[in-house]
Amino acid sequence: MIAEAGLAALWLAAALAAMQFALAAIGVRRVLAAPDDESALTNDLIGAVRPVAIVQGALAALAMALLIAVFLRSDMSVLLVAENSHSEKPWLYKFAGAWGNHEGSMLLWVTILGLAGGAVAIFERSLARATLTATLGAQALIALGFYAFLLFASNPFARIDPAPADGQGLNPLLQDPGLAFHPPTLYIGYVGISVAFSFAVGALVARDVGPAFARAMRPWVLGAWIFLTLGITAGSYWAYYELGWGGWWFWDPVENASLMPWLAATALLHSVTVLATRDGLRAWTVMLAVVAFSMSMIGTFLVRSGILTSVHAFAVDPTRGSFILALLVLYIGGALALFATRVGTVRVGNTFDPVSREGALVANNLLLSVILGVVLIGTLYPIVAAGFGVQVSVGPPFFDKAAGPVALALVVVMAAGPLLRWRRDGWRALAARMVGPGGAFAVVLIAVLVFGGGVALLPLLGLALAAGLAVASVAPLWGRNLLRTPLFTWGMVVAHLGIAVSLAGMASESAYTKQTLVAARVGEPQQVGPYTVTLTGISPVIGPNWSALEAHLSARRGDAPAIVLRPQSRFFTNPVTVTSESAIATRWDGQLYTVLGQIDASGQVQLRLWWKPFVTLIWLGGALVALGGALSLVGRLLRERRARQRAEAEAWS
Amino acid sequence: MKLWLPLLAFVAVLAIIATALYRPADRTVYSAMVGKPLPAFQTPPLLPGKPGVASAAFHDGKPKLLNIFASWCVPCVAEAPQLMALKAAGVTIEGVAIRDTPQAMRDFLARGGDPYAAIGDDKASAVQLGLGSSGVPESFLIDGNGTILLQHVGDIRADEVPGILAKLEAAK
Repeated sequence: MIAEAGLAALWLAAALAAMQFALAAIGVRRVLAAPDDESALTNDLIGAVRPVAIVQGALAALAMALLIAVFLRSDMSVLLVAENSHSEKPWLYKFAGAWGNHEGSMLLWVTILGLAGGAVAIFERSLARATLTATLGAQALIALGFYAFLLFASNPFARIDPAPADGQGLNPLLQDPGLAFHPPTLYIGYVGISVAFSFAVGALVARDVGPAFARAMRPWVLGAWIFLTLGITAGSYWAYYELGWGGWWFWDPVENASLMPWLAATALLHSVTVLATRDGLRAWTVMLAVVAFSMSMIGTFLVRSGILTSVHAFAVDPTRGSFILALLVLYIGGALALFATRVGTVRVGNTFDPVSREGALVANNLLLSVILGVVLIGTLYPIVAAGFGVQVSVGPPFFDKAAGPVALALVVVMAAGPLLRWRRDGWRALAARMVGPGGAFAVVLIAVLVFGGGVALLPLLGLALAAGLAVASVAPLWGRNLLRTPLFTWGMVVAHLGIAVSLAGMASESAYTKQTLVAARVGEPQQVGPYTVTLTGISPVIGPNWSALEAHLSARRGDAPAIVLRPQSRFFTNPVTVTSESAIATRWDGQLYTVLGQIDASGQVQLRLWWKPFVTLIWLGGALVALGGALSLVGRLLRERRARQRAEAEAWS
Repeated sequence: MKLWLPLLAFVAVLAIIATALYRPADRTVYSAMVGKPLPAFQTPPLLPGKPGVASAAFHDGKPKLLNIFASWCVPCVAEAPQLMALKAAGVTIEGVAIRDTPQAMRDFLARGGDPYAAIGDDKASAVQLGLGSSGVPESFLIDGNGTILLQHVGDIRADEVPGILAKLEAAK
């Protein structure tokens, strides 16, 4: 019954989405035809859109809750549960396993989409009614496509008869607490971008592209961006410790699929600020909102259609691929056509000098777009080449070389941007303000050259630029009363500092990582970086649904007491898989990363040992970036609330 | 017109992914060396009493099969009878053993027979990479002038033996 109730909730939610779209379409038509129309019919039509959006979100959430319920109960008569779960799995993985598969993850997508639409309906008060209604209509149309996709091409509630005795289990690589957080955070990010997209479409339809629209859209962009940042950072750390390959970014198509919306959202975040505060970059901001959503849709498509080989490809199914492709055509093609026909009606906003805060933000946008283009081309190129009968795989050598220098140029712009004044500034004044950051850059550059050993050019510049950016990031706080500095300025400072921290970690990891691959015997010491690692023994371990061989490693550095590390090689029976669980010791100056490989008949044990100096800074920086975003968001929301309260107070007096 | 450029760019991207969707990709990795001369290499013998393999041996006017294999590879075990059949038909098969040991190789040959005229020891997969081979087993058909005519990815199955014999015949 639970599964049927879930399916019913999904159908009802889809019907409400259709209704929401129809109401919004008719309502917006009437208002646009006669802006002063206050007739009861128009008001009723438009007034109904909000509650419908809220109930639609609630029904989608109900469907998701019911899917989680069948997973928790291990109801093997539901096909999805039988294929992806097992009664002996720990409960956390039954719970998170609900979205560790194609159908469940798409249901999570529409659930978050529905809830976001409901949240827009509840909280958005400042937009013109035509714009808001058109926004909710666009949101409903997006949701409708995904409901259709779920109901016609990937029903999560389908039954199987006869029910198998037990399920086939979850891919053991996914059996990790990371599964509970990584997909939902990324999906919240993707969906937040879809809300920004709906706002852009709404503003285009209602011919209302201006600061008010930008202020309404900004919290959503910021929120989506925070979650994307968190999702990417968490995903990177998850891959780092779970796959046991010692890397933190592989330029896998699906990593790129999450990076591309992030790049677009980062650009959008900055251009929307220009639009909200200075009323500039109108058409460009709308365009970026469309691009950001396109990237998250293409990301979804690449993951779900299985056209690119990747660790994330659940299902290789051309029907599903065709369906998402059709949605892509409908949404993105429609939005771009709307953009082409309507953007002529968007009046030019305020203009500015090239040397100004706006100018730096435009440079930032252009550089981010270049990186986005590089990543997109690199991701799609193997497909293009295959069309001409050439097999290539595009990997780190291309992406590092092509995107790396642009990213470093972007860091320079990032350092200078916040030190510029809005509207108009001078080169000389900027140069004076850049003395501190430039000095930090030079000092680190020389220090690394003299004391740092042979370091390749990119990591060298990375380290030096990280130092310069760190100084430049905190410079806006210089000479200010820190308590009276607005929260969103703090947000910018923290986020930019986070990029510097992350960049330092990346550069240090790529320049100074030490790796040893050995076939070790018990008692033989191995050297890796500053550590001497000795294998002291191997023992079997039994887990809830796996058994493992565990190596005992004792790692010593200088006179410090030895650290004990226990990397495992795990054997899962449902489905039969071997995974390696790395053991990582984190110290203030880096991580010792150990992986247990195969054990041969003669008792030799394959060990992979890495010493990665300051690698943790990568994720610490990512977390700082997200924290900066959160400070900014809270700062903006507080300021708007104060402004509204002040306006209300004035209205009363 | 320039306002329609983003849409055009999108249509281009769409065309790319649509072709990929409707023409399923062949995940087999083919060598770029097919049609080119065999790269120069020299491998030491893996087993005493059996010579190693050198590229110079492929220039004697007789087409040969170069088999990349390993004792630890399960499909190679399945392939052994077909290689024995090819040997019985008069084909010279030169083997390059990847990351192998003499003891394991002796056991492997004792189980499935020894079709190899020579077995080279390729501890670091250097020859394999030089040939553009991405796994074991793979077989390369080399003509009498040392040119790579054909790459066979995966084990040679029984129904593929006649085809390979015909190609060897044609290469003479």
